[in-house]
Amino acid sequence: MKKELLIGNHALARGAWEAGVRVAAAYPGTPSTEIVEAIAQYKEVYAEWSTNEKVALEVAIGASIGGARALAAMKHVGVNVAADPLMTLAYTGVNGGLILVSADDPGLFSSQNEQDNRFYARMAQMPCLEPSDSQEVKDMVGFGFDLSEQFDTPVMLRLTTRVAHSYSLVELGERKEVSLKDYSKEPTKYVMLPAYGKARHYVVEERRKKLMEYAETSPLNRVEWADKRVGVITSGIAYQYVKEVMPDVSVLKLGLTYPLPENLIREFINNVETCYVVEELEPFIEDQIRAWGLPVIGKELIPRVDELNSNIVAKTVGAKVAELDPELAPLAKPEAMQAAATAETNLPNRPPLMCAGCPHRAVFYILKKLNMVVAGDIGCYTLGATPPLQAMDTCICMGASLGVSLGLEKARGNEFGRKVVGVIGDSTFLHSGMTGLVNMVYNGGNGTLIILDNSTTAMTGHQDHPGTGYTASHEEAHKVDLEQVVKGLGIKRVQVVDNYDLKAVEKAIREETEADEPSVIIARRPCALLSKEKEATCVVDPEACRGCKICLRLGCPALSFDGKKVVVDQVQCNGCGICTQICPAKAIVKAGEANE
Amino acid sequence: MSNKVYNILLVGVGGQGTILAGRILSRAAVSLGGEVKVSDIHGMAQRGGSVVTQVRFGPKVYSPAMAEGTADFLVAFEKLEARRWLPYLNADGKLIVNKEEIHPLPVLIGATTYPSALEDEMSKMVTNTLMLDAFDLARQAGNVKAVNVVMMGALAKYLPISREAWEEALASSVPERFLEINKKAFQLGWETAGI
Repeated sequence: MKKELLIGNHALARGAWEAGVRVAAAYPGTPSTEIVEAIAQYKEVYAEWSTNEKVALEVAIGASIGGARALAAMKHVGVNVAADPLMTLAYTGVNGGLILVSADDPGLFSSQNEQDNRFYARMAQMPCLEPSDSQEVKDMVGFGFDLSEQFDTPVMLRLTTRVAHSYSLVELGERKEVSLKDYSKEPTKYVMLPAYGKARHYVVEERRKKLMEYAETSPLNRVEWADKRVGVITSGIAYQYVKEVMPDVSVLKLGLTYPLPENLIREFINNVETCYVVEELEPFIEDQIRAWGLPVIGKELIPRVDELNSNIVAKTVGAKVAELDPELAPLAKPEAMQAAATAETNLPNRPPLMCAGCPHRAVFYILKKLNMVVAGDIGCYTLGATPPLQAMDTCICMGASLGVSLGLEKARGNEFGRKVVGVIGDSTFLHSGMTGLVNMVYNGGNGTLIILDNSTTAMTGHQDHPGTGYTASHEEAHKVDLEQVVKGLGIKRVQVVDNYDLKAVEKAIREETEADEPSVIIARRPCALLSKEKEATCVVDPEACRGCKICLRLGCPALSFDGKKVVVDQVQCNGCGICTQICPAKAIVKAGEANE
Repeated sequence: MSNKVYNILLVGVGGQGTILAGRILSRAAVSLGGEVKVSDIHGMAQRGGSVVTQVRFGPKVYSPAMAEGTADFLVAFEKLEARRWLPYLNADGKLIVNKEEIHPLPVLIGATTYPSALEDEMSKMVTNTLMLDAFDLARQAGNVKAVNVVMMGALAKYLPISREAWEEALASSVPERFLEINKKAFQLGWETAGI
């Protein structure tokens, strides 16, 4: 059998393909993006970038009702967007198997919160599968489809960043052709009128009981008996940390964390002297066990906040177990983690930053200069909040810039409102900005929205969207005309500017924020990483540079100060020329344009 | 192969090719027949941030990420990052550092200064240290972007992975037109590791 090193997300794509998936839909979002990106490579599968997660799940629902195995993938906060169809999908059930992939982000590597989406599984009363490595990810996809069809339920496959983005060896298999199931009109199952919905709720309740019975004997859960003085109940990536720290204690590894197997858990706890629950983030398993009146130790020791790791397990549960018998927790021994040095807290940070030539930089430079109140959104441009630009006041979720800016205006009045702008990326605008814009027009807001149109979904690695004119499989598609869209939504004042023209950006922002009606500025310049050809770089004339460091306020990684003068790193610079426009001494020029 | 699990931490700055280096190393490690796990997690933004790749291999590997103080090798593509991640290196571990300095934003904008005595400090803290000018060696090999492969060449000297396995991993990880330059870069790193 051929084995390959795969990240969890690629194992998931492979598993879906092998299990005969026919339709896969997603909106890009770390750490889920690679799933549908990879599925789009398989010619047997229809894969799409949907405009948002709600639409993605609805496409999967339609495909499932149509008899196909279908999958929708999203990051944890994406499930919030898709929660509306999800809760009713739980009532309708499926025809072809349906898997919802929720890629959670403990530790907030690239997210606005670290919510634990296993609670959605409980709320929807759908099975929740938690794999611990890439092989399990792949196996659980096929398993999940079978489970979905057997119990007529959607299934949540819940990954975390550490599983989604870590490589481990995976055995590859062949694709199993799963034929389309018959389609028949079943309004009592798929039309959720109140009367039909009520009837379906009884079905959900019956299904829940059957799933609880199933959980007791599911191969997804397994007991690894070893030393019975200590037992640990765990799931997902936490299993790996437990085994790393305490390889010889008894472990109940739960692959199915909703519904939980009460009898299996009770028996496990009864057979060990002390039982710990080690889970990342919320006490999802632990609370249920406590509700059954069973004695376990969990969140007294394991934090509810931030990503879990072997260190934390070693220093908490590991330390307790070592008190009992040091040999049971070898990694908790002091010599096991004897470091070469302690952390040096005074080192300069290396924060993520906008790239050299990033078109967002110019807009935030002007917003800061004009002292605007900026309601932000989700994307690379959220970095406009960080030093030295620090030109963003709020960032809540996808599409929130519009509602938040209107709320600020309505709360504090028109004068304050003139200082408020919303900023949103092109992909985010199409995801969930349009409804907010209509709302602003309809409710008499005078706000200004800047659409930062860099012609891609940049932060997740340059995925296409309806505004780029290409699909997930890189085929040509209709290219949405943003000017027409905003005009159609009722915006009369629309300006398009080039981000690299600072004067034009400033003029547009001044004009539109002063206007007594809602307006949109489309700041259009493709992401600097998209262009293949390098423009002439910028250079500093050391004779002219006065060392005032005004250009350093841009926070461009290509610019630095050598103690007396500014220097432009010729490898990093891509010639956007923004620094040449703000240098009061005109000391920075495009190479080739210098006065010889 | 013994029961030993090798813990190797590769750290650098976005754009230096640490992720590709991790891929080459992990592919080479597969040749040993045991388990291989790799964790490379990158936060937001494409470039410029601190990047870390963890590679673990041995007969049985659980976590894809290692605990602090347990790295057998800390391979740092940049000096400041070497110091930042030093708490991950075991007291008996080996530190391999590219002597390059890449100034982070707070230094570029003058909010703070780049620490001046890192090399001396780290040499005192870690007995088992190799510092090399990988940037210059990459230039000698024909492309400054081959810093990552120079570093792998230096690391290879201390690992029980065959040269053939490294060469196969290299060939399957870099574009063919750059293979000769990369082979040369690997060799220069290997020779610098000496002994």
